Amino acid sequence: MALLKSSKIISTVGVHPPLGVLSIRASSWWSEVQMGPPDPILGVSEAYKRDTNPKKINLGVGAYRDDQGKPYVLSCVRKAEAQIAAKKLDKEYLAIGGLGDFTKACAKLALGDDNEVIKSGRNITVQTISGTGSLRIGANFLSRFHTEARDVYLPKPSWGNHTPIFRDAGMQLKAYTYYDPKTCGFDFQGALNDISKIPEKSVIMLHACAHNPTGVDPRPEQWKEIADLVKKRNLLVFFDMAYQGFASGDIDRDAWAVRYFIEQGHNIVLSQSFAKNMGLYGERVGGFTVVCKDAEEANRVESQLKILIRPIYSNPPMNGARIAATILNTPDLYKEWLGEVHGMANRIITMRELLVANLKKEGSTRNWKHVIDQIGMFCFTGLKPEQVERLTKEFSVYMTKDGRISMAGVTSGNVGYLAQGIHAVTK
Amino acid sequence: MSLFGEVPQAIPVAVFKLSNDFKDDPNPMKVNLGVGAYRTDEGQPWVLPVVKKVEKIIVADNSLNHEYLPILGLPEFRSSASKIALGEDSPAIQENRVGAVQCLGGTGALKMGAEFLRRWYNGNDNMKTPVYVSAPTWENHNSVFANAGFEDVRPYKYWDAEKRGLDLAGFLGDLETAPKHSIFVLHACAHNPTGTDPTHVEWMQVAEVMKRRKLFVFFDSAYQGFASGCLDKDAWAVRYFVTQGFEMFCAQSFSKNFGLYNERVGNLTIVARDADNVRRVLSQMEKIVRVTWSNPPSQGARLVAITLNTAELFAEWKDNVKTMADRVLSMRASLQAKLQALGTPGTWGHITQQIGMFSFTGLNPKQVEYMIKERSIYLMASGRINMCGLTTKNIDYVAKSIHETVVNVQ
Repeated sequence: MALLKSSKIISTVGVHPPLGVLSIRASSWWSEVQMGPPDPILGVSEAYKRDTNPKKINLGVGAYRDDQGKPYVLSCVRKAEAQIAAKKLDKEYLAIGGLGDFTKACAKLALGDDNEVIKSGRNITVQTISGTGSLRIGANFLSRFHTEARDVYLPKPSWGNHTPIFRDAGMQLKAYTYYDPKTCGFDFQGALNDISKIPEKSVIMLHACAHNPTGVDPRPEQWKEIADLVKKRNLLVFFDMAYQGFASGDIDRDAWAVRYFIEQGHNIVLSQSFAKNMGLYGERVGGFTVVCKDAEEANRVESQLKILIRPIYSNPPMNGARIAATILNTPDLYKEWLGEVHGMANRIITMRELLVANLKKEGSTRNWKHVIDQIGMFCFTGLKPEQVERLTKEFSVYMTKDGRISMAGVTSGNVGYLAQGIHAVTK
Repeated sequence: MSLFGEVPQAIPVAVFKLSNDFKDDPNPMKVNLGVGAYRTDEGQPWVLPVVKKVEKIIVADNSLNHEYLPILGLPEFRSSASKIALGEDSPAIQENRVGAVQCLGGTGALKMGAEFLRRWYNGNDNMKTPVYVSAPTWENHNSVFANAGFEDVRPYKYWDAEKRGLDLAGFLGDLETAPKHSIFVLHACAHNPTGTDPTHVEWMQVAEVMKRRKLFVFFDSAYQGFASGCLDKDAWAVRYFVTQGFEMFCAQSFSKNFGLYNERVGNLTIVARDADNVRRVLSQMEKIVRVTWSNPPSQGARLVAITLNTAELFAEWKDNVKTMADRVLSMRASLQAKLQALGTPGTWGHITQQIGMFSFTGLNPKQVEYMIKERSIYLMASGRINMCGLTTKNIDYVAKSIHETVVNVQ
């Protein structure tokens, strides 16, 4: 079962009655515990499961599917697993910061092999519980040590889980303009305007590539201007890179923004996930990096990250990290991986093109260019909630109310039907 | 000028620093009696035979993939893990009032429980509810609850250093004077670090006070099966409290009894008044999981689930657990015998009376330092030793070293 990312905000605690001890012992300690609101994405998957229509399509799923609509275990992953099994390794606790072979390779993947940061030892990279765990450790670290500013600025919209994570860590959430619903594209001027007003030292969250949920990424020239402005405003940059390789199909291209910012002197913090690009979703493989002033500072920061991690889960899980490390550190597996990531990204791009072609074939006169311009797993179709509802009710196409679809759920087998449905509700 | 210019260097976590120092020690006679992980008589980590078997099963099964688990974890893991703690025939399970959250090891289970309690127990976001942890206790207990927001984490009397046993009167006294609704973290068995558990009768007394004074029961069960060699025996206290009608949490770890340390396999078992309460509690647990790790790692949970749910594998696992427990018991007996034969000053009965992986030797910090510096025998400053670090090959050296230390260092 896939965990689905959503642009909807998932609220945490409900009401806050006056703080105080329970004066009457109710029959249960938990009588006052409210039922948490249902998750918008899980709700989609649940409803999809219940639907008996043989043509149903699940486009909520934030996990890659092959052209048969099946989960895809990468061949390089299976090979790595076989290699690992043959080594008969033990199961001793990892260090708090995780598997060294993994964290080194993880940093190199993001920053580039020859990056000066890595050479000078001024980054600290710890293994985390995939992207969520990385963001959470980062949020906790900023909350504890970045005391001059409590505000985190997210792009509007952003991954639904960003807000509750930072809030739970004690930070305050604000937003900067990002998505332009009129063009289904990037509102560059709007973003610059908002960013220029962000108070100094605030944290700004940037999606490194394949923005979730919109699929809208800045172009390199636009990234350059953003980097410039962010430097002028003296903001702390938090990059979330959950789709490296998955966006364009090219590892280095997808990391371009991260590397550019570092080159320009931003000492960033960075979250990485290997859920999608290595298909290691349930193994929970991720990294959190702090780019520091120098190696001495990196040491101090590392010691504090360990203090943060220990009371949450002590040390991270081995299995996925070993697989990722094996792939990243074994030349032919690494090559094979690059090919497979490229393949996954290509299938998505092909589906985008097919969807638009089929919409035209259906006779749609709307501008669907954004479906091809957007990048990564998700597409912000521009469909309104009422249209989404019709698409679900009449065609059994399941997606989130904000009009986001996961292209990973589209196959050559269902793209025609999908185009029919979208055309029907938008004509 | 760096944003992190003021970040101070943190003191390293003691138990991990100890392991690092051991690693760097060139002395060929060195012995690591620090971190709590099982070792064979060759001093090697032991991947349980049943685990190797199940790993092969998993690798061969092409229908398995690496998709996300549900937020609360693998269902067949959660239910079978809770059964291990509460018993197959537990009335609470039959009455449908047990829930569970798969977590990252025992630490993760404690963390989830603590976060939930801070938000929803004794009011909403009540940071002032006292949390009691035993004196001494696993050092991370303090941090887990403090980091979850609890402002008042206090010790309850537990270890009597003089008589080297349980300070029952002190324990019961603290239970009687604790503010109502205080949370008490109880070690289900094989108390860490003292190895000293209450007897059944003593547990009954503890339960009576906790029920009368409306104190919250939070069990930490990291050594089930490992303590006595028998799963059911080691779960007696947890199950007794259930029969007494408590709503409670039990944080379970499968690190030691499955030897799955680095796969981070844990389970938070929740016993509530009825199914409806369980449902609402779990829905809120999901929210906490989502902002911490989203969903738990699948490999370890799969392994445990397959083992617990397959009759022959389950039997083999119990056997593997007994093997580990038996080796520990024989090292206890052997160490005590050797100290007595050497005529080492002091009483050493506690070595065999204590249970589980650890023994609180009674060595003081100066003596511990001597052991480390002069003998390259690494143990915690508290005097805690991991019995698993003892082997038939090093036990003489360790016994002689303890003797020499006690005689020469006061």
